[in-house]
Amino acid sequence: MQNKRKSIKLLIIIVMVAIFAALPVQVNAIEPLGKRIVLKNGMVLLLSEKHEIPMVTVSMAIKAGSVVEPGGKPGLASLTASLLTQGTAKRTASQISREIDFIGGSLSVSGGDDYASAGLRVLKKDIKTGFDLLSDVLMHPVFDQKEIDRKVKETLAAIQQQKEEPAVIAGEAFTKAVFGSHPYGKTSDDVAAFLPKLVRQDVLDFYARRYGPNDVIIAVVGDVTEKEIVSLLKEQFKGWKNAERTEMERTKPPVIGSVIVKKLDKNITQANIAMGHVGISRENPDYYAVMIMNYILGGGGFSSRLMDNIRDNRGLAYDVHSSFSAQKDPGPFRAWMQTKSESANESIDEIFKELKRIRTEPVSEKELADAKAYLTGSFPLRMDTYAKIAGMLTAIEIYNLGMDYPQKYPALINAVTREDILRVAKKYIDPDRMVIVVLGNQEKIKLKY
Amino acid sequence: MTRLKKMMVTVLLVLSASASFGQEMKVSETILPNGLKVLLKEEHKSPVVTFQIWYRVGARNEQLGKTGMSHLLEHMMFKGSKNYGPKQFSQVVQRNGGNDNAFTSKDYTAYFENFAADRLEIAMELEADRMQNLLLEPKAFLSERDVVKEERRMRYEDDPTNMMVEQMMATAFSAHPYQWPVIGWMADLGNLTRDDLYQHYRTYYAPNNATIVIVGDFDAKKVLPLVKKHFGSIPRGPEVPKVGAEEPKQQGEKRVIVKQEAELPAIFAGYKVPTIKHPDAYALNVLQGILSSGKSSRLYKSLIYDKQIALYAGGDYDDVSVDPHLFYVYAGVMPGKSTEEVEKAIYAEIERLKNDPVTDEELQKAKNQAEASFVMSQDSVFYQAMLLGQYETVANWKLFGQYLDAIRAVKKEDVQRVAKAYFTEDNRTVGILVPVKKQ
Repeated sequence: MQNKRKSIKLLIIIVMVAIFAALPVQVNAIEPLGKRIVLKNGMVLLLSEKHEIPMVTVSMAIKAGSVVEPGGKPGLASLTASLLTQGTAKRTASQISREIDFIGGSLSVSGGDDYASAGLRVLKKDIKTGFDLLSDVLMHPVFDQKEIDRKVKETLAAIQQQKEEPAVIAGEAFTKAVFGSHPYGKTSDDVAAFLPKLVRQDVLDFYARRYGPNDVIIAVVGDVTEKEIVSLLKEQFKGWKNAERTEMERTKPPVIGSVIVKKLDKNITQANIAMGHVGISRENPDYYAVMIMNYILGGGGFSSRLMDNIRDNRGLAYDVHSSFSAQKDPGPFRAWMQTKSESANESIDEIFKELKRIRTEPVSEKELADAKAYLTGSFPLRMDTYAKIAGMLTAIEIYNLGMDYPQKYPALINAVTREDILRVAKKYIDPDRMVIVVLGNQEKIKLKY
Repeated sequence: MTRLKKMMVTVLLVLSASASFGQEMKVSETILPNGLKVLLKEEHKSPVVTFQIWYRVGARNEQLGKTGMSHLLEHMMFKGSKNYGPKQFSQVVQRNGGNDNAFTSKDYTAYFENFAADRLEIAMELEADRMQNLLLEPKAFLSERDVVKEERRMRYEDDPTNMMVEQMMATAFSAHPYQWPVIGWMADLGNLTRDDLYQHYRTYYAPNNATIVIVGDFDAKKVLPLVKKHFGSIPRGPEVPKVGAEEPKQQGEKRVIVKQEAELPAIFAGYKVPTIKHPDAYALNVLQGILSSGKSSRLYKSLIYDKQIALYAGGDYDDVSVDPHLFYVYAGVMPGKSTEEVEKAIYAEIERLKNDPVTDEELQKAKNQAEASFVMSQDSVFYQAMLLGQYETVANWKLFGQYLDAIRAVKKEDVQRVAKAYFTEDNRTVGILVPVKKQ
């Protein structure tokens, strides 16, 4: 959050919508992506040795996301994660930042829905210092009261500032309406209501229960050998106590029986529109069919129907897209755009038309072939930096995809048929039962929905 | 994450990677007879390639009442050329597993395609076609102009901080076109015509006003002939009009207040500074690191951590620029704190840089950060190409090869000297966002 406005340098305007397709892969990677090693303490190490550049990138996933927060304490998981780098038994917050900055590296821990994540990037020559810092913040945080107060204040201020951002407000209202009291439905307003009541013991308890080697995935990519990294991890994470593995009860998202419209008034020039409902989990066998379907509908940038219709033909929006966010539990399906107030009704009409079309007419052979060609052909681009490889390795472990995922991927994509697309569109998109959030100047928008 | 934030992160990465390559740049330079410059850098660590074409045209080359032309033209470059009609361009790229995009700044307009290594020639075919044969259909123009207006609404009209920064820039420069926003003023967008764009296209889109940068997994010996095949026969264009504008020396602080519906106040102060073509650029970059790089940096430590008066704070140096631009310092005000207090605290850090030498540790840290960025930036072929393109377009890519050595040579006294020389009240333009509640 502190770096939000960090760079206005150049004032570059990126014009088109960059297409970061939801997924990986083509078969350029003949050799396995990496090696999976379970350490004695339970940590799962995913290692990809790369010796071209003298640097090491580390990405960790820890089962300490907001889904395992105790009831009534939204924001506790994120706050705990962000406090880890704010002081340990050996180092103050300032010492930690001085040490990592001095070697030109980066170190971070942050919260998430299913997992908290930690990241480290250092030059090879500084690998010991880097891991010493990483293990120290994970194993010996002190959660000083002053640091807690500081983070709470910062977080509340950041939440307040985000109220300036129409996309954030609309997004949160959408999340709340779709997920209700399911953990994915926690919003910054929930967090802002809880944080003033938070006590240090909440943080201590959450840390003690949720942080431990048995729940940790650590992906290491870069200039390091197996022998070197295994012994380094053993040494650095020695004596780290196991975390609990208890799952929390999860409330189901509310049943949405009709079109639910949420109008939020704000004095701005555009209507920010979010439409959708609960989507699919990453582990759903229909995942690949859904990804292709969504690519054609609104995920494929300028190759998508939403973009073609609403931006390219009608000039109604700069950004219009749809997405399925596939997590451990089914995440949201969402169509999203912003347009001048006066065009809101027309835009929603057109989104509805496209949602209905993809559920009733088979996609064309060409659309399907193009989508497959992109999704398989862009694989090398999804793996072209150390950080991207680390992210891929982590996803492979979390969702059980197998180290041969890159090799399997084209077959998974190419197996999908037009009938599959129609079937999954009918099954996972329901225009008659969805949430529509419209944020903007309601007087000008004159919403007919 | 809005796309805007993504954009900022991207730019930040570029910034922190400012030190790429060092001495061993391994770049080959060729200038074709039609004036097109070609920079090739083989990088075999991953089977991908980036193709970029950089045109020397941006907001700097526009006119009063016709701002936003370069950026709108960039949009139109995706709306069809002779061999790749409307809707074709990105579809061809995507069908080949590629990603494409473009960006416009005050000084340049750049287009790129990222592909698996074996698809490189497709990028050449597409770019060569739209360099000479853009359709600029009147109907597509009108619709795309609306798209850009939506983009402006999203990025500026509905974002109070960006609006204030836009005003600050418009205030800082009086004689130079850097006062204009790259996206253009709203009314100007409405007045732009298809013929304006056609004229702009014909004036600036020619081989002699462009640089091609290719970085990735290819064999330069095989790729150069391909570049020649696709671009070699494009005729040289007329000499590009010079921009004669020169910003006069500022004779006193300028302030601009923007009152807008917003949650928290913000301050952006810009000091006029020289570009990378000037030897002081290196000391200014070291100073930027000390002031703003990481949580141990002075602004973070003082305003955010110790005093807890700012939600965010930092400093950026716009050094890769054709004409002198700004060094910005900025902060967002914490709830309950006053703008005056935060502004004073920023200047206190500036004064410290002028009055006392920085510590040995700070100096070394800034140099280590530059060095680490240099190494780490080699992880991405895209950023390597981006840096080469930027440097070549505003100055000369070879300048980039000297960067790290020049940073290593910076002394404490240099940092103090440039702080004194440029960070004066008279040389400062300040923008303040004052939140108001509208009825």
